[in-house]
Amino acid sequence: MRQVPTVKTLKINGRDLSGRQEETILDVARQNGIFIPRLCEMDGLTDVGACRLCLVEIKGQNKLLPACVTMVEEGMEVTTDSERLQSYRRMILELLFTERNHVCSVCVSNGHCEMQNLAQRLGITHVHFPYRYPKEDVDASHERFVIDHNRCILCTRCVRVCDEIEGAHTWDVMGRGIEAKVITDLNEPWGSSETCTTCGKCVHVCPTGALFEKGRSVAEMMKRRQFLPYLTLMRKENE
Amino acid sequence: MSKARIATVWLDGCSGCHMSFLDMDERLLDIAAAADLVYSPLVDAKEFPENVDLTLVEGAVSSEEDLHKIKIVRERTKILVSLGDCAVTANVPGMRNSFGVKAVYDRAYRENVTFDPGIPNQVVPALLPTSRPVHEFVNVDVFVPGCPPSADTIHYVVTELLAGRNPDVGLKTRFGS
Repeated sequence: MRQVPTVKTLKINGRDLSGRQEETILDVARQNGIFIPRLCEMDGLTDVGACRLCLVEIKGQNKLLPACVTMVEEGMEVTTDSERLQSYRRMILELLFTERNHVCSVCVSNGHCEMQNLAQRLGITHVHFPYRYPKEDVDASHERFVIDHNRCILCTRCVRVCDEIEGAHTWDVMGRGIEAKVITDLNEPWGSSETCTTCGKCVHVCPTGALFEKGRSVAEMMKRRQFLPYLTLMRKENE
Repeated sequence: MSKARIATVWLDGCSGCHMSFLDMDERLLDIAAAADLVYSPLVDAKEFPENVDLTLVEGAVSSEEDLHKIKIVRERTKILVSLGDCAVTANVPGMRNSFGVKAVYDRAYRENVTFDPGIPNQVVPALLPTSRPVHEFVNVDVFVPGCPPSADTIHYVVTELLAGRNPDVGLKTRFGS
């Protein structure tokens, strides 16, 4: 029997909108052309609310809530672009730039990077925090791909796509806080991983130049993300 | 009205931002009509002069000399512009930072040298422990990211500032560029 969808009505930035009850604020905003920045969320993967860039204000709540994991509710009044939110978002992105070594000018993803584009869109012309310049590794042991931890923002898209879509679960996260990093298998070189199928999905969902194909030079790494919504849609239809 | 006094400074950068400045081509004549270039790697003034209205700084602060220079520049300049990613983020010069200054010296003056290897202690200014953006040392008034910022961007910034307006470079340039 076909279920009748339950529709919720809400306001986003003063506009009267509606969404199905299983949809998030981000889903509804996106369907209505309202821009909410994000780096960890990706259509086709489960949402983890890791990057905090999609935080929004909800009337009657003191806490800011991440739009990617907050479901729509009847009568909700959401603000997505207040001065306060804009300043927090710039702060989060600036901290991401200082956390590791993001050198856009020599990056494979220069000109095609979600983080670089977002910085421009949010009006960031410089970073107010001192850079950390940590020593991070590059693992080029895989025959086709490279992971450069200098450029990783720990969005975990690679971890999720590998587990949820490819079913290999080669990627995971090790360590806590500033020590956290993505690893292959039990922190072994990617090239000797027994679980990696070399499908390349992780490379193409990565928002920065952290994961890239070997042989790509500066600004040459174009990511193809179209496959993901298509794959998930096909699987839903087959269920 | 007297002409504005402008200067350009080259710290730890590749000179690409200065090349981009020169790429303004014939528009440089209009700028020359409105302002005097009182100090620059492109002219032969040796001392950074007093009472400069506008200074464009290319490059990160990487050595004791850079640091000394940028403090004098700041004191003597009304509007200081960080021009390009090296000045704004430390960019490529900053890539040495995670290795430590000793490794950099060893690489440059010992490992790759056949005749009389050794770290120079005169003439060549000592490196700071890390190469860092200009605004971590002195106040910067205007930031122009880009590697390099385009000639159009530089022209826009310079003409806006000379006209007494505050340029908004948001959509014209970005990190990396």
